[in-house]
Amino acid sequence: MAIIIDENTNVLVQGITGNQGVFHTKQMLAYGTKIVAGVTPGKGGNVVEGVPVYNSVREACENHRIDASVLFIPAPFTKDAAFESLEAGVGVVVVVTEGVPVHDETAIVAYAKRKGAIVLGPNTFGIVSSGKCKMGIPPNQYFVEGNVGVVARSGTLTYEITGSLTANGLGQSTVVGMGGDRVVGLTFIDVLRMFEKDPQTEAVVLIGEIGGNAEETASEYIKEMTKPVVAFIAGKSAPPGKRMGHAGAIIERGKGTYKGKVEALTEAGAKVAALPFEVPAIVKEVLGK
Amino acid sequence: MKMFEYMGKELFAQFGLPVPKGRMVTDPDEAAKVAAEIGGSVVIKSQVLIGKRGKAGGIKFADNPEGAKAAAEEILGMTIQGLPVNILLVEEKLKIDKELYMSITVDGAAKAPVLIASAYGGMDIEEQPEEYIIKRHIDPELGMQAFIARDVVRKMGFPLNTPHGKQIVKIIQVLYKIFIEKDAELVEINPLVFSDDKVIAADSKVTIDDDAMFRRKELPYVEERSATEKAAKDLGLSYVDLDGEDIAVMANGAGITMGTLDTIEHFGGTPANFLDCGGGTGREATGKALEILFGLNPKVVFVNIFGGITRCDDVAGAVADVYKARGGFPVPLVIRLVGTNQEAGRAILEEIGVEAYDFMEDGAKRAVDISKGQA
Repeated sequence: MAIIIDENTNVLVQGITGNQGVFHTKQMLAYGTKIVAGVTPGKGGNVVEGVPVYNSVREACENHRIDASVLFIPAPFTKDAAFESLEAGVGVVVVVTEGVPVHDETAIVAYAKRKGAIVLGPNTFGIVSSGKCKMGIPPNQYFVEGNVGVVARSGTLTYEITGSLTANGLGQSTVVGMGGDRVVGLTFIDVLRMFEKDPQTEAVVLIGEIGGNAEETASEYIKEMTKPVVAFIAGKSAPPGKRMGHAGAIIERGKGTYKGKVEALTEAGAKVAALPFEVPAIVKEVLGK
Repeated sequence: MKMFEYMGKELFAQFGLPVPKGRMVTDPDEAAKVAAEIGGSVVIKSQVLIGKRGKAGGIKFADNPEGAKAAAEEILGMTIQGLPVNILLVEEKLKIDKELYMSITVDGAAKAPVLIASAYGGMDIEEQPEEYIIKRHIDPELGMQAFIARDVVRKMGFPLNTPHGKQIVKIIQVLYKIFIEKDAELVEINPLVFSDDKVIAADSKVTIDDDAMFRRKELPYVEERSATEKAAKDLGLSYVDLDGEDIAVMANGAGITMGTLDTIEHFGGTPANFLDCGGGTGREATGKALEILFGLNPKVVFVNIFGGITRCDDVAGAVADVYKARGGFPVPLVIRLVGTNQEAGRAILEEIGVEAYDFMEDGAKRAVDISKGQA
């Protein structure tokens, strides 16, 4: 099982001929992802790492079944590229790009909702159904198949925690990057619901950060879950009012503080790790291993 | 990017939003000149990118040009919450019958713009009870239709068939137009005032999305960062000064950088800064980022890299470049380096005798020990 993508997912890479596109196509293929096509307008007819390149998403869809698309597209052109996949009926769109204007993000997410599609990102590392399919940029070797679902807002912190899970013999069902920006396609609750239904997933690790109220809202659903949730919230030491990289990681008007998030999660029955490397031990504990 | 009040008002005026008569000045003689042009009583407002300037004495009134000059002299010498006042806005003193509140921002949780309005605006808007605050989410595909604006005015308690009601409906629509067309994260008018029959924006707060600046070249640029923050921004990096001095920190990604700071504090260390070099920062920019860290004169530099789109060989190459250019490091450098192209990166570090850690925990502990002279 796993969620959103699996070993049967046919993947399209938009921006496949760019530097990042070529590099990560190679990495994704090495991981076992079924990349069936790429798109770069004007570069149709080329082949990248054995993958045929088309001029448009429509053209790719005429030649292949496309289940999901991953974008390696510069920020100014991201809205157009995401719209193109959504308009062609692609069901899962992964927007890796960082620095997409917030109004473009709002437009992408609104259109995806109308089309009934899933958008991960913008500003996401992507998604890995460990051992089956990787869409995005995480380093391959840390993602090993198992029973822990991981959902996160930020990227490298997720590699950090997923890597430590793997090092402790805890593989993953799916690792989902929702994206670090203020407006992204999914909420924690959307993903937690999917993990709750997924037979492969036995426990969920939620990786949040200060700012916004996504973790507090998620707590409402965690109360209803049958599967255990372990959380880590980054930004314990961040001073209030300072923006730390992400649009998401900012404390505004006393909302979204570290303390408030930890209290809401704990009250909902989640176990909160104080530091990233404490997560595996707590997961083992809740799984009775 | 936050805009000064006078810039926001210039933007409002371009779109036909009513603002008080007046303009920006930088010296007392100019202030007197503008006061003479306006005639009658004027208000002299310090232009700083921070709230509560009225309570700090940064807003003064004058009845004639001489008074305006004196007030300008006084305010130009002030420092408000650490920010020196270099710019003033001199404008007509409005007759204020009532103060309202109006803003549009992006609600991340709702994934949509939200209009926030209140019939009770002014300095204490944050203390107003919830029932006086109207929040209306806007479907981005629908935009700010007239019926939405009318419904908000109804909820604010104003009749639609009065001059005030009609003007607010128009103002709401224009404000949304500015919000969208100028890629704003926030447009705020507090207070929006009733002055006899007119409704006028007595203040402006406009924040433009930094990520959209590439297509907003027509807007003036406002620098609001420290010199170090600016240097980092020019390299495409996020940098924030912190209160500590001991440990200069660089990591790749906002989340892992915050996690690194948390870990350093856990072991009793004090981080000097937040520096996120994520998002595929190249070798050269990473090298310059390291120079920024050494420039902080810390006791130790801690680099924590879990490579995804960031490649370990680029980071290691940058470390080696800086090492060779300087003929060694001025203070110890502790590095944790794993992820994409890890082996190539480790090989580069080995050549200059730098050992990389596998785990953040171990690297952070080592950096804290060095910062305390326990190494």
